[in-house]
Amino acid sequence: MHMQETVLKVDNLHVNFYTNQRCNKALRGISFELKKGRTLCMVGESGCGKSVTANAIMQLLPDLSRIEEGSITYWKEGEKISLGELKKNGPEIRALRGEEIAMIFQDPMTALNPVFSVGFQMNEMLMNHSSMSKKEATKKSISLLTDMGVPAPEQRVFEYPHQYSGGMRQRAMIAMAMACEPKVLIADEPTTALDVTIQAQIFELMNTLKREKDMAMMLITHDMGVVAEMADDVAVMYMGLIIESGTATQVLGNPTHPYTSALLESIPMLGKGKNQKLEPIKGTTPDPYNRPPGCQFAPRCKHADEKCHTHMPPEFFTKEAHMVRCFKYEELNHER
Amino acid sequence: MKDKRELLLRVSGLETYFPVRKGVFKRTVGHVRAVDGVDLEVYRGETLGIVGESGCGKTTLGKSILQLYRPTAGSVEYTFADGKKDLMKLNNKDLDEARRKLQIVFQDPYSSLNPAFTIFGSFVDPLNKFGIRKKADQQKLVGDLLEAVNLPRDYMTRYPNEFSGGQRQRIGIARALSVDPELIVCDEAVSALDVSIQAQVLKLLKQLQVERNLTYLFITHDLSVVEYVSDRIAVMYLGKVVELATTDELFKNTLHPYTCALLSAIPIADITKRRKRIPLQGDVPSPVNPPSGCPFHPRCPSCREKCKVDKPALTAYQIGGEEHFVSCHFAMEFMKEKK
Repeated sequence: MHMQETVLKVDNLHVNFYTNQRCNKALRGISFELKKGRTLCMVGESGCGKSVTANAIMQLLPDLSRIEEGSITYWKEGEKISLGELKKNGPEIRALRGEEIAMIFQDPMTALNPVFSVGFQMNEMLMNHSSMSKKEATKKSISLLTDMGVPAPEQRVFEYPHQYSGGMRQRAMIAMAMACEPKVLIADEPTTALDVTIQAQIFELMNTLKREKDMAMMLITHDMGVVAEMADDVAVMYMGLIIESGTATQVLGNPTHPYTSALLESIPMLGKGKNQKLEPIKGTTPDPYNRPPGCQFAPRCKHADEKCHTHMPPEFFTKEAHMVRCFKYEELNHER
Repeated sequence: MKDKRELLLRVSGLETYFPVRKGVFKRTVGHVRAVDGVDLEVYRGETLGIVGESGCGKTTLGKSILQLYRPTAGSVEYTFADGKKDLMKLNNKDLDEARRKLQIVFQDPYSSLNPAFTIFGSFVDPLNKFGIRKKADQQKLVGDLLEAVNLPRDYMTRYPNEFSGGQRQRIGIARALSVDPELIVCDEAVSALDVSIQAQVLKLLKQLQVERNLTYLFITHDLSVVEYVSDRIAVMYLGKVVELATTDELFKNTLHPYTCALLSAIPIADITKRRKRIPLQGDVPSPVNPPSGCPFHPRCPSCREKCKVDKPALTAYQIGGEEHFVSCHFAMEFMKEKK
């Protein structure tokens, strides 16, 4: 096993959103690390704060929100940069975006500008981060598109996003993200809008890139299947907290938090046939403005008792790196 | 067993084309062949799953069966209490009457309920139309239906914005049930829901099917969901059914190369089962200008000369006493290879 070098560290991050004199505590203290050559999968249902985490790292949070507490540290060749303290849209963060940390968004149609050709948008970014001329940039764009498996790149580079199919647009997005060979790639549901056969192509591509360039990757998804395919490490989020994290084998092989196991029991699994048992999780996710006082999952949890309803469980560690936020982790954990 | 099955719906040679218009005079320059010759039989009490990638025509097929789109050619025969009728030949008045038996649950629970109406208001129109006109009766019926989908009775006075996605989808299902239908087309009914909610709705659909002897046409792109709900599965590609078999049979003896690739592309939430994928090249071709011969040949890993010119027909094979329909020239060879 090669040395695992941490490139990005998020520590006790709190983010609040302010609307109509109310405050949504979207992130309530999450901590994780991204390591070189490894994929961290963030998994959770809609509204649990997955995308907020990604946007917080990139300093792309909307105006009416702010990082209340905690830090995001990025190591740029040994030099420590605290991303959370940089000015939103300031020159420092703009230099990092794209060059050091790149992001792929969920919907490639809204992420690409429809009135400029794909090549123009790629050139813009290349010329911004390096001293390339327009000619060189176009050449580089073509070679990037070739790498991503876009057919007829010499022609495609001058075409507009609407002339691309969904899978190809996402490839163009990845090409753009990879243009400056970033150290960290954040992918926010990159394949949710795509078909499974195209999804398989994109994942193949992302895995190759990860291996070749030794990138750190953070993949945000709601699909447990994707997690099992792609992840080295997994973090399960619920209501703005990471409730379980560890390596993929630990979390998926031995889910300890009741939410993780309930989530795995509630999805139909291919190959198990018509008579497989589905255990739906009862109730719905709580209103973010009216959160339960104790463990966030307690109202829906079948193991919950008095203490769970009144106290927030801290982070418990079973083995190294397998973290669970549950008072009952000892009786629910079967490893060892 | 097989003889007991009662034929409810027979779709034969169904084609739905949408014209592509261009130029100043909006001349028709071509057609999008959304559904291009589909034959299906649906039996009472079963769930027929229809799967395929986006743009393969599965939603259009569902809507064409209900005559929400008027198909271009073919026939849709439905067995009513007073004999078989071709839905395509009915006039609008008779069609309204026929729709009592055929209902649809839409994909997006947010846009399928009118935000200006209370839940009760959304139910009133179909009830008025189908003969329940007294308000007291209506309220009783709507209350019963809401209870049937595990929602409290008094929710009928609320507005759609007060409900979550899963609740709205259950209201959509209750509304489809309000006219006491026999066949429900579920068009991606659980795709927009979160996983924990998805299981609730799937369980509800299964339970209602047993209680009310419903027949489902379950349209989805998610093969794991379709495996869980369906008795039989039809796989569509570019407006055509390429493989049709019972669920067990389809997963055990997958014959069509497209189905094989589709199955291998699905990520499974089990870390011990990381498998080898069959990668597909390129994208789905445009339905305006489908490829010659077998529609799948440009992406098929085992494409041969014959596939490029000859269109394969959907042929029935008998495997272990069960019928298995495949449209591939070399299905028999693939079967032998597997054995």
